[in-house]
Amino acid sequence: MDPVFLARFQFAMTVGFHFIFPPLTIGLAWLLVIVEGLGLKKGNEIYRTIGKFFGKILAIIFAVGVATGIVMEFQFGTNWSEYSKFVGDIFGAPLAAEALFAFFLESTFLGLYLLGRDKVSPGTHWFSILMVAIGSTISAFWILVANSWQQTPAGYVIRNGRAELTDFWAAVFNPSTLVRFFHTVDAALIAGAFLMAGISAILIVKRKEIASAKKSLTVAVIFGLIVSLLEVFPFGHEHARQVAQTQPEKFAATQGLYASQSSAPIAVFAFPTNNPPELQAHVKIPGLLSWLAFGDVNATVKGINEFPADEIPPLWMTFVSYHNMVALGMYFILVMLIAAYKIRKNTLWESTKFLKLLFWSIPLPVAACQFGWIAAEVGRQPWIVYKLMRTSAAASVTVTAGEILFSIILFGTVYLLLFVLFVYYMMKEINHGPEPLQLQEAV
Amino acid sequence: MIDLNSTWFLLIGVLVIGYAILDGFDLGVGMLHLFTTDETEKRKNFNAIGPVWDGNEVWLLTAGGALFAAFPIVYATVFSGFYLALMLLLAALIFRAISFEFRSKMETSAGKKIWDMAFGISSFLIALLLSVAFGNILGGVPIEKAGMYTGTFLGLLNPYAVIIGLVGVAMFLMHGAIYMAMKSDGAQSHRMAKWANWAWMAFIALYFLATLATFFFAHFLFEGMLHAPLFWILFLLLLASVGFVPVALKSGRFGRAFIASSLVIASIIGLSAVSLFPRLVPSSIDITNSLTIYNASSSPYTLQVMLIIALIGVPMVLGYTIFVYRIFKGKVVLGENSY
Repeated sequence: MDPVFLARFQFAMTVGFHFIFPPLTIGLAWLLVIVEGLGLKKGNEIYRTIGKFFGKILAIIFAVGVATGIVMEFQFGTNWSEYSKFVGDIFGAPLAAEALFAFFLESTFLGLYLLGRDKVSPGTHWFSILMVAIGSTISAFWILVANSWQQTPAGYVIRNGRAELTDFWAAVFNPSTLVRFFHTVDAALIAGAFLMAGISAILIVKRKEIASAKKSLTVAVIFGLIVSLLEVFPFGHEHARQVAQTQPEKFAATQGLYASQSSAPIAVFAFPTNNPPELQAHVKIPGLLSWLAFGDVNATVKGINEFPADEIPPLWMTFVSYHNMVALGMYFILVMLIAAYKIRKNTLWESTKFLKLLFWSIPLPVAACQFGWIAAEVGRQPWIVYKLMRTSAAASVTVTAGEILFSIILFGTVYLLLFVLFVYYMMKEINHGPEPLQLQEAV
Repeated sequence: MIDLNSTWFLLIGVLVIGYAILDGFDLGVGMLHLFTTDETEKRKNFNAIGPVWDGNEVWLLTAGGALFAAFPIVYATVFSGFYLALMLLLAALIFRAISFEFRSKMETSAGKKIWDMAFGISSFLIALLLSVAFGNILGGVPIEKAGMYTGTFLGLLNPYAVIIGLVGVAMFLMHGAIYMAMKSDGAQSHRMAKWANWAWMAFIALYFLATLATFFFAHFLFEGMLHAPLFWILFLLLLASVGFVPVALKSGRFGRAFIASSLVIASIIGLSAVSLFPRLVPSSIDITNSLTIYNASSSPYTLQVMLIIALIGVPMVLGYTIFVYRIFKGKVVLGENSY
């Protein structure tokens, strides 16, 4: 088998699995900052109960996130040593900065948050979850700096047969960093909101600690509605505009625009076929794409046909991932709107079906993150660094196909086990539920 | 007097030493966990390192990231060269990371036992694999003229590297036993002090063997060393701290013993670093093919930027790490928030 294909498969598998957990960590950590902050301010025992319960959930997510994240720090060297040699002068810095500014912060303070509740003042305890939230967000920032540099490289020069850094800030704040940071972190906040909302919902269905579950559900829905709306506008919109300007091939592939067109339409729905690339059974809104991308209904948007055949990404996968992400984004707004309405009408607590829907929606923001990530990375192909280095030239030369296959089997098995354990322990924690309020007050 | 490249050699050395001292005791406690039978004592093992192990492990990640940023050729060559060994190491790191949370959620003793084993065996594997990798780098690895690694997985298990690997295991075992003697009380503390003594003896015997082996298998490490003042300073520090460990253990001053064993780790890695310098990865094919701090480094601009990042970041990290350690200082007391 082709070692480059195997290396890509192994990398996609390990990153994809890892990427289930960080969005949940970031989102839940910020929600805990809010909940514990409310508890601190109002001195109400109910927030402490919620904090304690969701703190345990966070601990499980964080543990698996850390466990699978360690792999990431080393994989550029193991799988992509030619890439590492070519971009090491630039790419290593954000990874080192991530470890130094983010990993230390989040892991040191998570230990304090989880095990130090009785050892420090409530204020310091709140500060520790704040540091976890900030740390995990800084982590997202630096890893997105690194990834955005692959999408829209800046601040470098090709010298001595490699990319050398010439302007640190230009590389850090390359044309796609900030838009991708806001888009991704907001997606993480949505994931956290749906997690807290879904778990609270099922607790209400099961009649477990309803008072605290109602409270956490309300917090999660208000928060979730805001961040779901923000994700479409401005964050999603701005990111799409940036891609249209800086990576037109990727933009055309995500939109299914196979021939250049003035007043280009948005494909709301379609079945794409790969060969020849066409959209079947499509529903399109004319002119909308031109308007969204360039602010002019008549603007011409470049189609796939404008680019050399060996410089276009896989079309089907890019289109499908992107559209699934967008559809899910719309679904999140809808669900949160309904939930907010039902809370206002005070009918949510009895709508068992809707509460169950909330519970089963927990994995969807994570799925949306995966789709968005696939659209971003597959849409960048065939480049590992846009227009600078091809993925096919980036893999380790000294690593054999057999060795990669071994690691695929190893990590495939370990991750499958991890996933089963993760779901099992999550369900166990949820079934256990928060501590009863009265009992705690008695203590 | 000391250029950017040497500064980065020093900084990576500091990160490696920081990792070995901090996660070193976690790994030692993990290995000793295999020999712990009492449930309360087992829980004390987990809770002694529970709040801090994760932060300790970040030193390794930071060392990896810093190596990538400062010496990308070393990062790329060594990590792809040691592919299978690294994959095993990563798998072991995964199992250790999850064993804390998952064990505490098990209700049956059989269920707990699985995670006890996972915790102990993965700690041992991490200690062994990292030390064997370190031994391979010390002894040199097959690197061709173009900086290409040509070794095999089994080649990594050469006798010299294995001896260094065992030195590492004994050292972390001693360090972890002293830490646990400090953090526990009664019979457990007493037993841990005994373990520390045994590990100390094993460490001395293995270190002697390793030095002898270095003389025969990696003679280049001694080149010019005997005239370097830093070598003698570190060597004396090593002798003094190794000598002090049993004295402190005997008088039950575990805090001091812990500082001494930390100094043992620092000086032993320091000595290795001094004998490697300015090489990072010696080539066993031809010493002139070695990766050095000059032919494997990033550009001066990147090294400069990274130095600024390190100067901002490291003091911050040290500050809040000390803050959190102080909160959890003293003997472990099991409570409702414990593992």
